[in-house]
Amino acid sequence: MSARPFSAWNHLLRRPVSAAGLGVVALLVVLAVLGPHLAPYGPNAVDVTRALRPPSTEHWFGTDDLGRDILSRVVLAARISLQVSLVSVGIALVAGVLLGLLAGYFRGWADTVIMRVVDVVFAFPIMLLAIAIVAVLGPGVTTATVAIGVVYVPVFARVTRASALALREEPYVKAAAAIGAGPLRIIRTHILPNVSAPVIVQTSLSLAFAILSEAALSFLGLGVQPPQPSWGRMLFDGKGFTDAWWMSVFPGLAIFVTVLAFNLVGDGLRDVLDPRQRSAMESRRGR
Amino acid sequence: MNAPGFAVQDLTVVLGRGRRAARVVRGVSWSVEAGRTLGVVGESGSGKSMTVLASAGLLPPPATVTGSALLGGRDLLKLSRRELEGIRGRRLGFVFQDPMTSLNPLLTVERQITEGIEEHLGATRRAARDRARELLATVGIADPDRRLDAYPHQLSGGMRQRVMIAIALSCEPDVLVADEPTTALDVTTQAQILDLVRERQERMGMAVVWISHDLAVVGGLADDVVVMYGGQVVEQAPVETLHGAPAHPYTRGLLGARPVLGKRRDRLTAIPGTPPDPRALPPGCVFFDRCPVKGDPRCETEVPDLLEVGRRHYTRTFCPEDQ
Amino acid sequence: MSSTAGPGEALDNRTGPLLDVRNLCVRFPGPREGRHRSWVHAVEDVSFTIERGRTLGLVGESGSGKSTIGNALTRLVQPTSGTVRLDGQDVLAARGARARELRRRIAMVFQDPYASLDPRRTVGATVREPLDVHRMLSGRAGRKRRAAELLDLVGLVPETAARYPHELSGGQRQRVSIARALAADPDLIILDESTASLDVSVQAQIMNLLRELQDELGLTYLFVSHDLAAVEHMSHHVVVMYLGRRMETGTTDHLYSRPAHPYTQALMSAVPDTDPATERNRERILLGGDPPSPLDPPSGCVFRTRCPLAAGECAEPVPKTAVSGDHDVWCVRTEESLSPERLRRFVH
Repeated sequence: MSARPFSAWNHLLRRPVSAAGLGVVALLVVLAVLGPHLAPYGPNAVDVTRALRPPSTEHWFGTDDLGRDILSRVVLAARISLQVSLVSVGIALVAGVLLGLLAGYFRGWADTVIMRVVDVVFAFPIMLLAIAIVAVLGPGVTTATVAIGVVYVPVFARVTRASALALREEPYVKAAAAIGAGPLRIIRTHILPNVSAPVIVQTSLSLAFAILSEAALSFLGLGVQPPQPSWGRMLFDGKGFTDAWWMSVFPGLAIFVTVLAFNLVGDGLRDVLDPRQRSAMESRRGR
Repeated sequence: MNAPGFAVQDLTVVLGRGRRAARVVRGVSWSVEAGRTLGVVGESGSGKSMTVLASAGLLPPPATVTGSALLGGRDLLKLSRRELEGIRGRRLGFVFQDPMTSLNPLLTVERQITEGIEEHLGATRRAARDRARELLATVGIADPDRRLDAYPHQLSGGMRQRVMIAIALSCEPDVLVADEPTTALDVTTQAQILDLVRERQERMGMAVVWISHDLAVVGGLADDVVVMYGGQVVEQAPVETLHGAPAHPYTRGLLGARPVLGKRRDRLTAIPGTPPDPRALPPGCVFFDRCPVKGDPRCETEVPDLLEVGRRHYTRTFCPEDQ
Repeated sequence: MSSTAGPGEALDNRTGPLLDVRNLCVRFPGPREGRHRSWVHAVEDVSFTIERGRTLGLVGESGSGKSTIGNALTRLVQPTSGTVRLDGQDVLAARGARARELRRRIAMVFQDPYASLDPRRTVGATVREPLDVHRMLSGRAGRKRRAAELLDLVGLVPETAARYPHELSGGQRQRVSIARALAADPDLIILDESTASLDVSVQAQIMNLLRELQDELGLTYLFVSHDLAAVEHMSHHVVVMYLGRRMETGTTDHLYSRPAHPYTQALMSAVPDTDPATERNRERILLGGDPPSPLDPPSGCVFRTRCPLAAGECAEPVPKTAVSGDHDVWCVRTEESLSPERLRRFVH
C-alpha cells in the first residue's frame, strides 16, 4: 500500500504536461514559503520618484503608482493567494465529501435534507453568495477564506453524492455487504477510494476557481486588505492606469498560470490515480 | 447452387498501431450462400465478431482492415462510407447481443423500424408505418398496433430482440448477421427467437451469419460452422461433421467443456488456461499453450495451415483427430 | 419438525440439514397508484433444505426470484416473512455478534467477476477482507499466509495477491471471488450465476474447481443459475422456480429424467442439444409470450397464462403433489404432463 502514492507521483512526473503543472505548483509553494527572501524589494517599499516605471532590468515587472516593485508584490502575494485557496478548498472538500457520502450512501431523509440545503446554496451565484457572507462577517482574509469555502461545499457534495449513489449499486459493494461489512467499513474501504478520482479533479478545478474568487473578492476590497499584496488587489489597483499595462498584466498572468497549473495537475492525477489507466501506461513503457 | 450471399476472404484486422497493435483477426475466409446459415463460434477475443464488424465498416478508425468482404459481387472494403451506408441495413441486416443498447431509448418502436424503410426504400411515412406493423406481426409480437407507439424500455428483453430482428429484416436484406442475439435472453425466449429466425429464413431465403460462443445454439441452426480461436479459423465443417468428428483439439475441448442435459459426468473436460493476448501471439499454433495433445514438434514453432481433412472439412492443426 | 430452536438458543443441530428455509416471502414496494401501494411478489412462500456437503440447484429464468433468495440469505435484502435457519439457528432474527457469526458462515460468489471486485484494491486486500470484517487472524504475517493459502486453493499463484483485478482474466477474477468467499471459513456458499458470464472453456474450469473444493472442504452450495445443464451437473437437489414460486423440487436425477411440471418440461425442451441431428428432429414446447408481471401475478398457478396444459381448475390454489418420495410438483395436471408419449417427445 505504501508504494502506491509514490508510484502515482512517478507516473505523474513522467507525463510532460502534468510535470509542467506540478513544476509551477512547486514553484508557487517555494515562492510562498521563501517569498520574503526572494523578493528583490519589500512589498511596501514606497518610492514615489520611481512610480509607474515600465519593466526594466532594475524592476523586471515595472513599478506601480506608488513606486512599489511589482515583481516583489507578485511574489509575496503568492503566499496569501495559496493560503486562502488551499484553506477554503480544504473546508469545502472535507465538508462536501462528508455530506455527499452521507447523502449518497444512506439515501433517505439524510439525502433529502442535505441535498435541499445544498441546492439552495447552489442556486445563488457564487460571487454574490461570497460577497453576502463577507458583508455579514466583515471583510478580511479569514472571512474571505470561510466564504469561499462555504460557497464550494455544494460542488463537492454533489460530485461525491453522485459517485456514491452509483458506487453503492456496484456488485463489489454488495459483495462487501454480503461478507458482513458494516456501512462505515464499506464507505471507508470501497466508496471513499473510488470517489477520490472525481473529487481530486474537482479539487484542482476548485483550487483554480478559489484563486480567482480570492482575486475577485480582493479586487472588490472584500478580501485581502491593503497594503498587504494580493493578485486580485493588484489588478484592482491597476485598473485606473491603462497606460501602465504592467500593473495589471503581471498579476493577471500570475493568476492565469496558477489556475492553469492546478488544472493540469488535476487532469494528470485523474488518469494516474486510476489503476486501470496506470497499468496501461506501464505496459506502454514495458513493451 | 446459389451464388454466395456473403463471403470474407483473407480478412485481417489489426487494432491500434506499433508495438501495441493487436492482430484480432488473421486471414479469415468463409462464405455463406443465400438461404443457408453459417455459424461462427468462438470465445471472447477469438475475433468472431470483429470479422463481421470489420467487413461492414463498423470498427472505429485505429483499425486496419485488409482482405475482402464480398456481397453480391461487390467488395465492401473498397466502398466509400456513403456507399457502405446504403448497403448496411438495406442488404446487410444486423442484430446485436444487447437489444437495450442497440435501440434508441428516445424513439418509439415505429420510428426505429420506419427509419430504415424510409431511408433505403424511399417509402412514405404512412406506407412505412403499415410495413412496420406488418413486420412486428411477422416477428411474433402480439398487438402490433399498440407496440408501435411503445418505447424500448416498455418492452421485455425478448420483445426488444424481436423488434431488432424486425428492423434488420425491414428492407429484406440479402444477409442477416446475428451477433450473439440470444445470449442475454432466457432459454425459453431464446428458443422462440431461434424458431423465429429459422422461419423467417425459410420464407425470405436470406443468408444468415450466426455468431455465438455456444456450439449448441449454432448446432440446431447452422448448415456449416466455423470455429475461431485467437483470430484464426481453426476448424470449418458442415455442422454434423463438426459435432460427429471434430478434428481440432480446441473444438473437441469446447464440446467436452459444456455439461450436456441428461448426460451427467463427474468432471467436465475443461481447457486449462486462458485465450492468448492478441498483442502477444505465440509463434506456433495459436492453441499450443492450452492444448492437451501437442503431438508434433512443429506445434510450438510453426503456424499450421488450414488443411482439408474430409469432405468440406478443414482444420488448422498438426495433430488432427480422425475418427 | 419438532426440534425448532428459538432465536437465541445455541442449538448445534449436526444431524439436521445445514440450511432450512421455510415459507420465505420477499416483497418489494412497487409503484403507488393513488393511495394504494402495489407490491412486487419477488419470492412467495418458498421452503427448502440443504444437507451438509450437498448442493441445491435453484433454477429459473429472469424474474423467477432465484437471485432474491440468495440475497435474502446473505441479508442483502430483508425478507417480508419466513424463517431461515443455519444449523438450527435463526439467521433473520439474530442480532449483534450472533448475526455477524452467522454472516461469516454464509458466503456468496456473484455473477460478474468484472464488477464484483473493487477495482482499486489488490487481490490480496480483496481476499483478506472477510478476515478484516470478522476480525480473524490478527497478525499481518498470518493473514498474508492465509491469503496465499486461499489463492493456492483456487489455483492461483501467490504473486496474484499484489495484482489488481483489471490485470486478470475473467476466469482468474472468478477464482479470486471464490477465494474471498472461502476466506472466513464458511459452511454455505451461495453461487449466484457464478459461471454465467464466463467463456465456455473457463466455465468448465470453475465448475470443476467448485466441485473439488466441495469434496475437499465439505462445503455446502446453493447453486443459483438459469443454465439447466450446469445445474444438473452441479446439484444433488433442484428447485425449479417461476415468478417467485416453486414449480417443482426433487433430486436431480429424478427431476431431470421425469420432469413433471409443464414449465420444467418447457425449460428442458428449450435447451439446445449439442447434437445437431437430435436438435433438428425433436419437438419443442415453445412457450408463447412473456411471463406476467410480478406486480399482478395470476391467481392459482402463476404459470397457467403460458401453460400448454392449462385448464379451468388451474386458477384455484395449487396443492403440492408428490411425484415420488423426494420429488414434488405444484401442478394439478400431472396426469397429462407425465403421460408417456409427452415425456418421450422431449426428455433428452
